[in-house]
Parts: sequence; C-alpha cells; structure tokens
Amino acid sequence: MRGATLAKWALCAAATGLTATACGGGGGASAGVVSASWGDPQNPLEPANTNEVQGGKVLEMLFRGLKRYNPKTGAAENVIADRIETKDSQHFTVTLKDGWTFSNGEKVTARSFVDAWNYGALLTNEQKNAPFFQYIDGFAKVHPTTGTPTAKTLSGLVVKDDKTFTVTLNQKFSSWPDTLGYSAFMPLPQAFYKDHSGWLRKPVGNGPYRVDSYEKGSVLRMRKWGKYPGSDPARNAGIDLRVYTDNNTAYTDLQAGNLDLVDDVPASQLKSVTSDLGNRYINQPAGIIQTLTFPMYDKAWGGPGKEKVRRGLSMAIDRDQITREIFRRTRTPATDWTSPVLGADGGYKAGLCGEACVFNPGRARQLIKQGGGLPGGHMTLTYNADTGSHKDWIDALCNSINTSLGSDNACTGAPVGTFGDFRNKIAAKRMSGPFRAGWQMDYPLIQNFLQPLYYTNGSANDGKFSNHGFDTLVDKANAETDTGQAVATFQDAEKVLAAQMPSIPLWYQNGSGGYSERISNVSLNPFSVPVYNEIKVN
Amino acid sequence: MGRYVIRRLLQMIPVFIGSTFLIFFMVYALGDPVAAMFGERAPDPATAAQIRRELYLDAPLWKQYLHYMGQIFQGNFGTAFNGQSVTELMASAFPVTLRLTVVAIVIEMVVGIVLGVFSGLRRGRGIDTSVLVLTLVVVSIPTFVSGYLLQFLFGVQWGWAAPSVSPEVPLNELLLPGLVLALVSLAYVTRLTRTSIAENVRADYVRTAVAKGLPRRRVITRHLLRNSLIPVVTFIGTDIGALMGGAIVTERIFNIHGVGYQLYQGILRQNSPTVVGFVTILVLVFLLANLLVDLLYAVLDPRIRYA
Repeated sequence: MRGATLAKWALCAAATGLTATACGGGGGASAGVVSASWGDPQNPLEPANTNEVQGGKVLEMLFRGLKRYNPKTGAAENVIADRIETKDSQHFTVTLKDGWTFSNGEKVTARSFVDAWNYGALLTNEQKNAPFFQYIDGFAKVHPTTGTPTAKTLSGLVVKDDKTFTVTLNQKFSSWPDTLGYSAFMPLPQAFYKDHSGWLRKPVGNGPYRVDSYEKGSVLRMRKWGKYPGSDPARNAGIDLRVYTDNNTAYTDLQAGNLDLVDDVPASQLKSVTSDLGNRYINQPAGIIQTLTFPMYDKAWGGPGKEKVRRGLSMAIDRDQITREIFRRTRTPATDWTSPVLGADGGYKAGLCGEACVFNPGRARQLIKQGGGLPGGHMTLTYNADTGSHKDWIDALCNSINTSLGSDNACTGAPVGTFGDFRNKIAAKRMSGPFRAGWQMDYPLIQNFLQPLYYTNGSANDGKFSNHGFDTLVDKANAETDTGQAVATFQDAEKVLAAQMPSIPLWYQNGSGGYSERISNVSLNPFSVPVYNEIKVN
Repeated sequence: MGRYVIRRLLQMIPVFIGSTFLIFFMVYALGDPVAAMFGERAPDPATAAQIRRELYLDAPLWKQYLHYMGQIFQGNFGTAFNGQSVTELMASAFPVTLRLTVVAIVIEMVVGIVLGVFSGLRRGRGIDTSVLVLTLVVVSIPTFVSGYLLQFLFGVQWGWAAPSVSPEVPLNELLLPGLVLALVSLAYVTRLTRTSIAENVRADYVRTAVAKGLPRRRVITRHLLRNSLIPVVTFIGTDIGALMGGAIVTERIFNIHGVGYQLYQGILRQNSPTVVGFVTILVLVFLLANLLVDLLYAVLDPRIRYA
C-alpha cells in the first residue's frame, strides 16, 4: 500500500515535471464536472455554420434562442420569446422577455437576433445554414444563387425597439415559429462581430454553460454559468467534452471509469452492453430515419410504371430480421417517412406506408415482374465506407433482397471511399441505382421530414423526386393555421410517397448512450443528444 | 564532413518538392471536399461556390499547387476546414507525437538492446530460444490487436493504466501506448542486436580484449557492443520516421491527438493543406533521421569517413 502510494507520487512528480496534471483520483475530472465523449465538429462553432450533431450539442449548451425543443416531448416552447404573434402566418411580431444577458454581460435584445440572422444569411459569410433563412423576405438579395449580394441585410427583419422585432416571410408558413429552436436562429453578442477570431477561440453565448477553455480537436471545457437567467440551469458544475476518434476507445474509457458519458455505443459492443452497464445503458428513439433513395432522374428507376419495382423492392426487405440481427434492436423497422419522436399529434403515423413496408417476398417478386423487372436484372446499393459501418447492414439488406427474389446476384453493395465522394456523386446525379440516405431532423416537425427531402428541388432531395400532387399538398399544409389540420395535410402528402415510393423507409434510428456510476439523471433528447444540463453528479 | 552534410541537405529539396506534389495530387484525386461539409444536405450552390473560391479550389490542380507552394514559402501552410491554421495544428500535434515517439524509441532501445545482448551472449541456450520465440510472437501480432488487447487488460481489467491519454498528454500515460507502438520494432532491435553480438563475440578484437585481462563488463560495452550497434542504429534511425507516421493506429486506439489523428481527420475530410503539410514535415523528419544515422556511423566506427 505504502509502496504503491510512493510509486504513484514518484510518477506524478515525474509527470508534473513535463506538464501540469492533476494527480488526484477520479480520472482527472474536477469535482462536479461531467466528462463526456465528443466528435470533432466539422465547421467552426458558429450558430449559422453548424449543421451536424457534434457542433450542435455544444450550441445547445452555450445558447438559448427564442424557442427550445422540450428535451422530453420535442415540443417547441418559448424561452427568450415572450410571444410570437401573427394574423396571416406570414407577418410575425416577436416580443422578447426581460432579463436575458450573454455570459459576458451584454444584454440580449432584438438586435442580437436580427444581426445574427442577417450575418447567417449573407452569402459572403459562407454560413452553411444560410438556407434556413430563405423564408424571410429579401433572402434572394443577400444570398443570390449567382453573383454577389445586392443587400447586406434581410428586408424582412425590422427592429422596433430593444424588445420587439418583426419578421416578414415571403410565403405563408404557419409552423415557422416552431423552427426557431434550431441552432441557426440563436442570438449573438456584439463581441462576435468585433473580434470574430477571438470569439471562435472562446465562444460566448447565453446558455446555462460558458466556455472555460477550448483546445480545438482535443477538449472543450464548459463550466456552469452562475448568472444564467433561464429556468433550466445546469445541475452539475460543468461538462468536459473530450474528442474521441474511435468510439471504441470512448467505450473502453467508460468501462475503466475514465469517462462519465458516451453518447454513441459502438456496434461491436452492443452484444455485451447490457451486461457491462445494466440500466446505465440508454437506447431510445431519436428523430433519425434511414432510407434507400432511388435516383428518380434515371429512366430505369424513375420512369412511368417503375413505382411497382420500387414498392416491390421495399417488400423484399426483411426489416425485422436486420434490425434484430445486425442492429441489436437499436433500430426499429419503419412504417412511415417520419419518426416516432414526433408523436401522433406531431404527425407520426405507424403503418402509413401500408403493405409496401411489410415483408412479403411473394408479392415482391410479383410486383417487380409487373414493373418490368430490375433494370438489367441487377442492382447496386451505393454507400460510403469510411464511417458508420454501413457495410454490414447493406450486405444484409442485399442478402434479404436476393433471398426474396430467388437470385444470387440481384443485389450487391457498392462502397464509395469517402463521405465527400459519396455526396459528390449524389450531387452530380451520377447514381445508377438506389443509395443509402439518412435524415436527422433539424426540428421536430413533420414538415422537416418531408419538405427538404421530397419537395421539388428540396435541399436534401437527393433522388430529385418531383411530384406536383405532393408539392401542392405540402404548400397547402404550410399555409394551414390550424396545427392539427396542417399535420393531416402533411400526412396526405406522405400518402403520395407511399404510392410512389421515391425512397424506401428502412428503420428509425435510436439514440444510444451509456454512463458511469458517478452520474445520474441522464437522458437523451429527441435529437439523440444527452440533456447535459440535467445530469447530476452523485 | 561539412561538404557531405551540405550535399545531403541540398538533395532534400527535390525530394521535398516531389513528395508534396505527389501528395497534393493524391488528395486532390479524392474529389471535391466541399460537398461533405454540408452533411446529408445538398450544398447550397452559392455558398459552395463562395467556399471553393475562398479555398482556391476552383482553380486547376497545377495552379492550386503553385498557390500552395507560394504560401508555404511565406510560412503559411493553409487552413483546415474548422478554421484553424495548419501551422497551429502542427504546433499542437507534433510535440505530442514526438513525445510518444521518444517514449517508444527509448523503450525499444533499452529493452531491445538489453534483450539482444543477453540472448546473443548465450546463443543456443534457453534464454536465447525463449527470446527468439517471444520476438517471433510479437512480430506476428499486428499493432491494432496488441493495442486493443493491452488497453483492455491494463486499462479495464487490472486498472493499472488509463485506457486513453488525457488531453495534457502526461508522460506516465504514454508508457502503455509507447510500448504498443514500440513492440514490433522492439522485436527487430532485439533480433538485430542478438545476431550482431553473436557474430562479433568471436572476433579477434574481442579475444584480444579478453586476453588483455579487461573486465568482462568493459569488453562487452566498449568493444563488443560499440561494433555491434551499427545495424541497430541504422534500423532505429529509419524507424523514427516510420514510428511518427505509424502512430496513426496507436494514436487512434489510445485517443492521442497527435500527427496520426490530424492526418486521419485531414484525409477523412479531404483537406489537402492539412494532409500535405503534415506529410511534408514527416518526409523531412524521415530525411533528417537518415542523415543523422549516416553521421552516427562515423562516430561508432572511426574507419568510416565522409568526404
């Protein structure tokens, strides 16, 4: 015992000679601070420039916007907005609550929002979320499709006073206020514009946490902001987000007590995760759906009468078996094009896809034959091989199709080296067969599962599906002022998808996570991101 | 000697230019990186065009390369997509990997040479055979297997070491990853030393030294070892470069954010400035290590002279 302590002290002394390091126990974490796994965000941490989960989870801790999605129900609830009023679903008046400041002391005013949105929309700022501002009047001037901007600010945004601003949209969009919980719409302090690179090194927001230190690509340390005025302050002293290149290492660290929280249990560990972690393993639905998208621009797949082939293929897939064997129940077979996290009121409707999403090899063979068979008698499923271990399920899926169709080479997987190359091929419309697609919702609205993906020229409409009936129904649903009516109309539009099958719904993805005995009250929100501020340290 | 060094240094220039161009070309061949920045969403064409112009990606390859080289000579290695300059990335990554490499080299030299000397002096006996078998086993296990295995055993099962290295990269946490990184080379060093010692132990100068009545310790360290180390030094020299580049696997397993990590991210995100910048530095390290080895020959064996 004594020898061990001595050895430890000797080691610590040697180590501190090189760098300052904590030689206490508890895996090097400070008291009350939760350490969690993280992936390196792809873009600099700016609200309008963050379009993926890793950056998004940080913004959720550092910022509060007009609205926030309830971490349990997903409903958009007012945070800084006192009220957002409209008479015609096109002109909105936003009134802010009192008492909100940024962690550097600056007040949160109407300008904090209007300036931030103008910054995000302006083409020359190269913000990847700029299209989120496209519904605001004047977007075409600050963000033209070609050439240089002819205006610096959106004409649809007007500051009335410190607490009020008005928004004019270029079309009716009744659920627009519900989109405002998305991170692109967060307010920014003046410090952001005055010293941009300094701000990027140490972002300043108005959320329950403030940045203590940020070593890019390595660790982001956030500490509780004591003066946070919101109703959901941090229940821990802080969060250390540690970048892991390999989620296996994060999981090993969790097992060794070196890390408190992983929000992505690697597929290879799913077999033993319940015996490793017991009830400290979380596996719950998230707003993510995976599909196989067809290249509708290719006559062989999108021509008239080919919907029979597409529907037939959907019936040839044994979703239940694949989600059980490959994914160990971390996916749920899909029966519509949305996600269970929306709830019945939000637009999720189990079974909307009908018989087309039920495994039925006999009917599958029949339908495909009626539709003229597979183009050339053979198809490939394209996927990117660099991340997400897609190969396993793609092979299983092809196997399922081959068995159903009674042919050994009806379907094969076609890997593409990198995600970038994969996206390039899709953007260049160079897909000759169905390809994998995954959609993680931006906000929990049925609109977000349909419009970007299947509306003519939608921002994520990779298959280039275009259907007049579908577009009309979506427009009608957006203009609907009654939420229930809007949802019902969106579901009518979804029925067009069921008939046309431009993409095959495969399964809903669950969020998974695991945590150490050191912390409790851990849950995932509908975006499959841990609700960090609610975590308690035991 | 001086002229030799200058000639060697001048030879590095074409190697430098050639390797950067090759790497530039290969990363370029991976395709357009801008599409991936937008995730599952189709890139907004106007924003994408703006980014391409900013990053000089809309120019033909040779122009991009000239532009890049022009920047390099001003000390600017370009910018990674997360907004950090590549020089900043290097400043954070290279010291980390260097530290890991030093740990690995020290382990490799101390353990490898000691084991080699012991088995070389006792050729054909029990200890020699077991060392040979042991090194054979080590050589045949790939790094990622030994890495995950040792990480699990030491980190999780026995709790002797942290399974991953904390962001501050303290030296004591680098012992395990250093050992994993060193393992294969360690086996080679052992075998090289063993063979060399076994060969030289019967040389005339050793017999003379023994006959002079020198203590055994002095015979081994001053006479036998010094002459037997030449092939070992060659190996270790070239190994420095290999270890720095090869750390990509070890760094991933132990979550060390060094050169391997940055290279991996750079390739995954097709960021040519990161990849080209890092590989260029690695090439230089490799060349300098080789030069150092050649110069060390003369120190070890005065019969070797350079003009």
